[in-house]
Amino acid sequence: MAEQTAAAAATAATTATGERIPTVIVDDVHIVYRVHGAGTPGTGTPVAGLRRLLTGKRAPQVTEVHAVKGVSFTAYRGEAIGLIGSNGSGKSTILRAVAGLLPVERGAIFTQGQPSLLGVNAALQNDLSGERNVALGCLAMGMSPEEVRKRTPEIVQFSGINDRGNFSALPMRTYSSGMSARLRFSIAAAKKHDVLLIDEALATGDARFRRRSEGRVRELRAEAGTVFLVSHAIGTIKTTCERTIWLESGVIRADGPTAEVCREYEAYMNK
Amino acid sequence: MAETAVTAEPDAGTTPAAIAARHGLTVAGARPGLGAYARQLWAYRHFISAYANARVIAQFSTAKLGRIWQVLTPITNALVYYLIFGIILKADGGEPNFIGYLCAGVFIFTFTSSVVTAGIQAISGNLGIIRALHFPRASLPLALAMVQFQHLVASMLVLAGIMLVTGEPLTFEWLLVLPALLLQSVFNAGLALAMARLGAKLTDLRQVMPFILRTWMYASAVLYPVTLFKDHLPPWAADLLELNPLLVYIELMRHAMMSEVSLSSPIGQIWALAAGWALLVGAGGFIYFWRGEQEYGRG
Repeated sequence: MAEQTAAAAATAATTATGERIPTVIVDDVHIVYRVHGAGTPGTGTPVAGLRRLLTGKRAPQVTEVHAVKGVSFTAYRGEAIGLIGSNGSGKSTILRAVAGLLPVERGAIFTQGQPSLLGVNAALQNDLSGERNVALGCLAMGMSPEEVRKRTPEIVQFSGINDRGNFSALPMRTYSSGMSARLRFSIAAAKKHDVLLIDEALATGDARFRRRSEGRVRELRAEAGTVFLVSHAIGTIKTTCERTIWLESGVIRADGPTAEVCREYEAYMNK
Repeated sequence: MAETAVTAEPDAGTTPAAIAARHGLTVAGARPGLGAYARQLWAYRHFISAYANARVIAQFSTAKLGRIWQVLTPITNALVYYLIFGIILKADGGEPNFIGYLCAGVFIFTFTSSVVTAGIQAISGNLGIIRALHFPRASLPLALAMVQFQHLVASMLVLAGIMLVTGEPLTFEWLLVLPALLLQSVFNAGLALAMARLGAKLTDLRQVMPFILRTWMYASAVLYPVTLFKDHLPPWAADLLELNPLLVYIELMRHAMMSEVSLSSPIGQIWALAAGWALLVGAGGFIYFWRGEQEYGRG
């Protein structure tokens, strides 16, 4: 029996050295959105609602949107993967499912640790100052209060919101959309993530911030994390990702080195 | 032996699930166990208190007087009730200190009712932060219950002032206020958790809640003496109303701070009910909220 165990350990070791370490495994995933109350006109009026109450009928038909249809891929440690595709192709949906925020209809998603999704609609507390939002965000990511005190100036510095006056002391509702997007990115990027999912978050910053954040994404990768990047800016994908997945209508059309996939994608879009 | 059998399986490592298991990957968005969840929540206690403080500050950030409103609001409330019941209606319902009786009822009732109102929106009003960051979702309703507790502390100072002004003596019995508030806070925390899950699913609840809360207020003998129940209701209904948790917490407060006050039942029974409700709703609300943990923020 001891021999058997040793043999098993040996094979496990060889396979482990032979292949890279996966951080995200997406296995034949289907995602379906159910939209309530949409559909035929006249079902949303108070009279119709009252009639449903009286007759005991179920809510009007639920519209199903099959957003992702059988997607499979494996991401490895230290990879930066770009997700491209036309609007409504299921890129953001896949990211939200990987982050564990959306249930899958069929198939399964396995992840290392807890992936963090960084999107443009990730609103913090608009009535609070930027500095307080940094502290809240860091605590919400599980940092200790001492760590938060230490990191807050760094994060504010990185976001560059204080370049024009002391904006970190002002409520976030006074920020421009670019400024709040920069602050959000800076908060999320302050922590080491096993898997970081970025959804168009780099697009809102100006050119200087984009360069800085692209640098940060490279650092995160170097810390043995995996980064997913959804973007319509092919330039950003080309400079940050070496692998790209092209989704179209919820199906993978191509998955490979960025240069090849982007060439195909650009040819397709220019048709 | 069983372990060896699993690892020595020749096919192990070919299916995605097996590869995931081998490298220690877990299913995305899986729910932790109840004990693990409680530990996570404890680890996030700094976040909960920071979030609660942030909410209090944000709430008064646009008002010129700022946090002074935390004290001004209950004082204004008390003045309005004094004007209507003390001066215009001259109602006392046989209570020697009706103003104190009334204010104790209003402040304690407001504590729970505002926790309910805030709890309903704990998830649906914070989808941004829920979809952006990962933390135990119970942090949000608990933080909101804490916000209301901060407001209550201000109200209690006002209430103590009212009691002294209306001639109640300061006695050692006032110390009973602390365990009473502790029990009500546990009750409220459980209620906030339960309401947060209900409010996340049933979006219509927000419209219905004001009516439920108003009915609850009339059933808690806030605006009139509790003896009215015995005089006007059939005995079974009066007995049932004695179980009402809010009536229980209000009576504890009145009993602690006032020398002469009519109660619905013996004080020992009221304390037992208060502890029972806190335990039942506190634990029940937590378990109920935890069971929905992976659903929040979806859709």
